[in-house]
Amino acid sequence: MGLIIIGSTLGVYLIGNRYVQDPQVMALITLLVTAILFIIAFIVTRSFERLVEASRMKSEFISVVSHQLRSPLSNLRWVIELLMSGRFGKIEEKQTEYFKILKENNARMEELVSDLLTVSRIETAALPLKKKEISLEELIKELISEFEPFAKASNVEIEFKSESNLPKIFADPFQIRLVIENLLDNAIRYIKDKGEVEIKLGKRGESLYSEIKDNGVGIPKEDQKYIFQKFFRSENVMRYQTQGSGLGLFIAKAIVEKSGGKVGFKSEGGKGSTFWFTLPLK
Amino acid sequence: MKTILFIEDESVLQKTFGDILRQESYKMISALDGETGLRLAKSQKPDLILLDLVLPKIHGFEVLKKLKEDKETKGIPVIVLTNLEGVGDVDKVLGLGATTYLVKAQYSLEEVVEKIKKALI
Repeated sequence: MGLIIIGSTLGVYLIGNRYVQDPQVMALITLLVTAILFIIAFIVTRSFERLVEASRMKSEFISVVSHQLRSPLSNLRWVIELLMSGRFGKIEEKQTEYFKILKENNARMEELVSDLLTVSRIETAALPLKKKEISLEELIKELISEFEPFAKASNVEIEFKSESNLPKIFADPFQIRLVIENLLDNAIRYIKDKGEVEIKLGKRGESLYSEIKDNGVGIPKEDQKYIFQKFFRSENVMRYQTQGSGLGLFIAKAIVEKSGGKVGFKSEGGKGSTFWFTLPLK
Repeated sequence: MKTILFIEDESVLQKTFGDILRQESYKMISALDGETGLRLAKSQKPDLILLDLVLPKIHGFEVLKKLKEDKETKGIPVIVLTNLEGVGDVDKVLGLGATTYLVKAQYSLEEVVEKIKKALI
């Protein structure tokens, strides 16, 4: 750095010597300006380095905390699964009932930790998009078959209508999966007794548009403006004692928007909800 | 009888997998830290290594790197079984030569056992 300052000052002095009356003053001014510019550049670079370092440390911290929270939970789940498998002796019906309660509560904790981890990653920008070409139609079909047992147990029929010959999109399959998982999970979860979930997929301009419609408990008007907020759970949902971390919609919105799309819904208390999202083709 | 080396510091998992793998007619050797894991891999030449990443003494990444650098152990398939899911961890582990990367929170016990059986065919 010093060499550049001295070099440029000397250069200005030599050139100035030929054309200007007072080359020393010009050289002095150049020396001062170059030095100030270097100091500014140095400060900016250092602060940027510190920011990068802080972000790396945050990301590492989240990763370690999530590991420490998840480990005892997966240990517990595997031990419960082992006991329930009957590998080490027959389990009575009543015991199975209680093992199921243990497993469900453990699953709730695992889900919460996983959602918290995703939220922290979104907020610290530690969730980079790993984009590749994907078929949204195939992804939705895959998820429907994964959700089939849960839907069946909840007396819910899932119907999927897709326009034909839809183009593929360029997006992060893992993160888009999280979006659809959260919306589909909500749709099934908030149907009481029995009902139907209808998923539509089509092309709208330069985007793919999908909507997930349910005939569940719906969202009361006064709660609708808060629905995408972290940890917000509608009064309606609390009344029906439906489980959930209150993070799913926040995660879905953040991912869709980061991917260049939009997300929204229409709903009426007691009459179900329709959540929709768009994702750009390119 | 095929031998599996399980490098994992959680003793509850050592016990759980020990019981199941014995029932499935495998022999399981336990290592509770990375250093012991590397030593046992060299001396026992197992057919498969199940490796956790957050380990005392030597971290799992380092263990995997050393296993794959050593002529005597580089041919042993390694399944990484962890709850660590940092950005780039999967690519790093697969790049170092592991066969599979399993996040504990995402798999049931039976699914993990199936993956182990498949890796040993």
